[in-house]
Amino acid sequence: MEHYYHRSDLLKFPEIGKESPELWNKFLDWYSSVFAEGALTEREKALIALAVAHTVQCPYCIDAYSQACLEKGSNLEQMTEAVHVAAAIRGGASLVHGVQMRNIVEKLQMS
Amino acid sequence: MSVGSLRQRQSPLAGAGTQLQILESVPVPSFQEKLEGHGLSLQAAEIEILQVNVGKLCNQTCAHCHVDAGPDRREIMERPVFELCLGALDRIRIPKVDITGGAPELNPHFRWFVEQVRERGRHVIDRCNLTVLLLPSQAGLAEFLAQNKVEIICSLPYYQQRETDLQRGSGVFERSIEALRKLNHLGYGGDGSPLTLNLVYNPVGAYLPGAQKQVEADFRRTLLKKFNVSFNHLYAIANMPISRFLDFLIRSGNLEGYMERLVNAFNPAAVEGLMCRNTLSVGWDGRLYDCDFNQMLDLEVLPAYPAHIREFDYEKLRMRRIVTGRHCYGCTAGAGSSCGGSIVS
Repeated sequence: MEHYYHRSDLLKFPEIGKESPELWNKFLDWYSSVFAEGALTEREKALIALAVAHTVQCPYCIDAYSQACLEKGSNLEQMTEAVHVAAAIRGGASLVHGVQMRNIVEKLQMS
Repeated sequence: MSVGSLRQRQSPLAGAGTQLQILESVPVPSFQEKLEGHGLSLQAAEIEILQVNVGKLCNQTCAHCHVDAGPDRREIMERPVFELCLGALDRIRIPKVDITGGAPELNPHFRWFVEQVRERGRHVIDRCNLTVLLLPSQAGLAEFLAQNKVEIICSLPYYQQRETDLQRGSGVFERSIEALRKLNHLGYGGDGSPLTLNLVYNPVGAYLPGAQKQVEADFRRTLLKKFNVSFNHLYAIANMPISRFLDFLIRSGNLEGYMERLVNAFNPAAVEGLMCRNTLSVGWDGRLYDCDFNQMLDLEVLPAYPAHIREFDYEKLRMRRIVTGRHCYGCTAGAGSSCGGSIVS
């Protein structure tokens, strides 16, 4: 095995349900409800999913939701903005933890 | 990505037989097996639309074209075949005539044919690429269509330049918007106007169209806000894995993935509303087909039925069995696809 991630493995996702079909079916029901049109459109939800996929850096999710975004009518410009939102939150989350760093330094150092 | 026609490039895919062989080699179940697996069969109903493909000549060479149309193509319908179509209309009251191509307006008999069909009181649809309306050789065309109350179904794959030009060629988006404004100015696409202007959205790549209602809302909002363009309805139509789109799928390594996508999205509820069930397709030379896609694959109506418009016999052609192939998955995926857009909501 040259890589841990293979595109074809995405199709094996349902195999996870073999040992616990009840939990798998509950997950599928919930998942499909989450992505159904509600207060947000399916297109908006797919863009959120794309951003989150980049945050959790799941190649399967990036594959699936890049295609889903196109199929819901989004364009590359909108998808790129979604990825920037993910990157900004991720980068911002690192930066805002600098406050913790500063709190510790303030406690340890002589002022 | 503007490309020459497959014929011009001397591609093996210019032959329908090669396309069919390639589709047969993809490891997915045959369309017939799929239908039978769902207890379905495909049989025509009453013929409500006579779809007349008046030729392969076009001023554009779009990357997804299922006709392999282009400026180099010379196959166009001649006057005697048009007259046979009119003869068929005289014998039976088929309410709609859907004129397609190529760019159908480039056929020198186009305007005469439209007038003849209108004189017979039939509804006329022109499948228009928009840019043809701006050609110097086509002066007065938009006005002619308006005067004859021709419904225009025009191709606009996206509401942005990048995607549209990728599919249809550099500069096409800008000219399409100019043409749409011209049509709006004539009264097309306005609320309460008798002049109907519908758009066709095709995905710009190897993926399925989104929900028609949602895509239509996005188009309506953006075209009005950015370009002050309005339209009546948008039809979301999947790309057929044939001709130049098949060429793209093969070159980009997407053929198997796209076919799997189509097969996995097979929707048995879409079968009843397939366009082949209420349409008879006439080729530029008068031969008869179940749909425009079968026409491009040289899949004529079954030998048991009249093969040419000169032999038109409504009673024999209605309720006919439809010829199918793996390309038919393009019309049954997801919400389904027809010349009138999605089949199920």
